[in-house]
Amino acid sequence: MNKVKELPGEAIVTATQSPSIANSVHAYIERVRGGDMGALPAVLGLVVLCAVFAIARPAFMTSINVANLFTQGAAVTVIAMGLVFVLLLGEIDLSAGFASGVCAAVLAVTLTNMGLPWYVCVVAAILTGVVIGTVLGTLVAKVGIPSFVVTLAAFLAFQGLVLVLVREGTNISIRDDVVNAVANKNLPVWLGWALYAACVAIYAGLQLFRARKRSARGLVADPLSLIAARVGALAVVAGLLVYVLNLERSRNPALSSLMGVPIVVPVILVLLVIWTFVLRRTAFGRHIYAVGGNTEAARRAGIGVDRIRIAAFVICSSMAAVGGIIAASRASSVDPNTGGSSVLLYAVGAAVIGGTSLFGGKGRVLDAVLGGAVVAVIENGMGLMGYGASVKYLVTGFVLLLAAGVDALARKRAAAAGLR
Amino acid sequence: MTPLLEVRGIDKSFGPVQVLHDVAFSAYAGEVTALVGDNGAGKSTLVKCIGGIYPIDGGDIVFDGKPVIVHGPRDAGELGIEIVYQDLALCDNLDIVQNMFLGRERRSGLVLDEDSMEELAAQTLDGLSVRTVKSIRQQVSSLSGGQRQTVAIAKAVLWNSKVVILDEPTAALGVAQTAQVLELVRRLADTGLAVVLISHNMNDVFAVSDRIAALYLGRMAAQVKTADVTHAQVVELITSGRSGDLGIAQ
Repeated sequence: MNKVKELPGEAIVTATQSPSIANSVHAYIERVRGGDMGALPAVLGLVVLCAVFAIARPAFMTSINVANLFTQGAAVTVIAMGLVFVLLLGEIDLSAGFASGVCAAVLAVTLTNMGLPWYVCVVAAILTGVVIGTVLGTLVAKVGIPSFVVTLAAFLAFQGLVLVLVREGTNISIRDDVVNAVANKNLPVWLGWALYAACVAIYAGLQLFRARKRSARGLVADPLSLIAARVGALAVVAGLLVYVLNLERSRNPALSSLMGVPIVVPVILVLLVIWTFVLRRTAFGRHIYAVGGNTEAARRAGIGVDRIRIAAFVICSSMAAVGGIIAASRASSVDPNTGGSSVLLYAVGAAVIGGTSLFGGKGRVLDAVLGGAVVAVIENGMGLMGYGASVKYLVTGFVLLLAAGVDALARKRAAAAGLR
Repeated sequence: MTPLLEVRGIDKSFGPVQVLHDVAFSAYAGEVTALVGDNGAGKSTLVKCIGGIYPIDGGDIVFDGKPVIVHGPRDAGELGIEIVYQDLALCDNLDIVQNMFLGRERRSGLVLDEDSMEELAAQTLDGLSVRTVKSIRQQVSSLSGGQRQTVAIAKAVLWNSKVVILDEPTAALGVAQTAQVLELVRRLADTGLAVVLISHNMNDVFAVSDRIAALYLGRMAAQVKTADVTHAQVVELITSGRSGDLGIAQ
C-alpha cells in the first residue's frame, strides 16, 4: 500500500482573511476585476446621467421631476423584475410587454365595463398573468419550443388579444379611485418619513442579527464597520430622496398641495423585498440559479427543471400583470397601445443594464430596479433637453447594447480568470 | 474480509450488443479499488449499473452482506453509493457550499439554513483535509480543475456515503493537481470508505490503489492486490485479458 505524502498547510476554516472593511473593499475590487461587475455599471451610469442632466437642465433635479421619474419608470421596472426570473434561466420573454397590456385590458374591462369592485379586477388581471405564464412555461419546458419563438408568437397574438378585449381600438377609461391612486397619488409626508425610518431600521436590524448569528456559530461575519457603511449609505440616499419627494411641488400651493412619496415607490419596494427574499433565501430561488448555471447538474441533483422553468414564466407574466395595472393606473385608461411599443424592450434593457446576464445564472431583482432607473432617467432627461423620440430611442438602444456588451465581455473575463 | 460492495454475474446488453458478461467485482471498506480497462471494456457501464442508471439484465448486487435491488440513482444514494462523474456536474455560478447542498438544501421553515450548511460543508472539507480553497463562499467558477474535483468529491462524501465511485478524476488535471486529488482519494479510503477509482493512468493506479480490477472486453479479467502485480502485468491484463496465470482462461 502506497501512502501519499502529507503536504504542509493550515486547515481550512470558512475563510483565511480576517474580516475588515479594507478586506471587503479589496475583495470587491478583485471581483470586479475578475469580471463580476454586478450593479456597478448601472450605479455609475445613473450617477453620471443624473449629474449631466442636472447640470444641463436644472429642472431635472426638482421635486416634481424626481416624482415623475418614479411614476414614469414604475411599470417598466416591475415588468423587468419579472423578466429577471426568466433571464436567470437563460430564457427570454418577448411577450411580457403585451402580456401586461392584456392584463391591463382585463382590469379595464372588468372594472369599467362590468363594474366589479377594484380588488376583484386586480386579482383577475394578475390571474390572467398567471395563466399566460403557465401556458408559455409549459410550451417551453414540456413541449420544448425555444422560448424566443414561443414568446415571439405570444407577442403577436397578445396584440390581437388586447384589440379583442378593448373592442378594436376603443380607449377604456378607468374611474376607480383606488386603482388610479397607485400611480397618481402620494403618501402623506409623515408616512413617507415613517416608512423611511422603518426601512432603515429593519435593514440595519437584519444585518446586525445575521452578523451576530454567524459570529456566534464561529463563521465569518461582516464586520460592524461594513454594516455601518451599508446602512449609512442607504440612510443617506433614501433620506435625500424622501426629503426631495416631500417638498411642495404644486405650482400654486394655496390652491392644491402636492407633496409626498408616490405610492408606486412602496409598491416597488415591497415587490423588491419579496422577490429578493425568494431568490436569495429559499430553495426555489437557489434552484433557479442552479438551472440557469448548469441545467444538467441541476437535473442530476434531483431538481425538477421543468417545474422551475414553468414557475419562472408564471412569475414573469404575473409581474407583467402588475406592471400593466400600474400603467393603466398612470394613464387612467387602457388602449391597444398599453404595454406596446417600447415597453418590453425597455424592460429587457432595464434588467440587462442593471447587470442581469442574458446568458442565464447571474442577476438580481435589484438589477431591474437600478436598470429601470437608468432607463427612466434617460427617457426623462432627454425629454427635458428637448430631444425628440428619435434621439431617445437611439440613446436607449445604444445604452442597451453597451450593457449587453459589458455583460458579454465580463463573461469572457470571468472565464479567463477562472482558468488562472 | 468481506467486501462492502459486491456484484456477481452481472450481464448487460444494449440491444444486440452484450457489454458486460458475467462480471464479478468487489470493493472493500477502507480500500481503494482501481477499476481499469481499455476504452470500451465496460468500466463506465459497470459503474452505471451499480449506480442504478442502467438496469441490469442478470446477476446480483450485494451491499454490506445483503442482496439489494437498485432501481435508480436515488436507491443507490440511499444505500450510500455516490458516483462522481467525469464532468463533475457543478454549477459555476454558485459557491462551494451551495453546490455541495444542491437539491438537498437544509431549511428551517421556508428559509434556507445557510449557516448550518456552511458549517457542515466546512467540517466535511476539513475532514478531507482540504486546504487549498480560500473561502467556501467562493464561486465555483473561480476554482481550478483540481479544486473543482475536490468539491465534487466532498459533495459525494457529505451524505454519509459508504461507497464513492470516481470516474477518471484526474483525466483533465495537471501534475500538481493530480497529486492533490490522489491524496484526497487515499484519504477517503483511510476514513473507512470503499473507494472505486476508474482510471487509465497506471501511475495513478499504482500510487493509491490497494486492489486492481481489470476489465477486458466486458469480462472481468482479474481482481488482484496491487502489491502482488507489476505494472507490466496490469497492462497485459488490460490489453489482452491475461498475463501469465492471471486473467481469463484461454
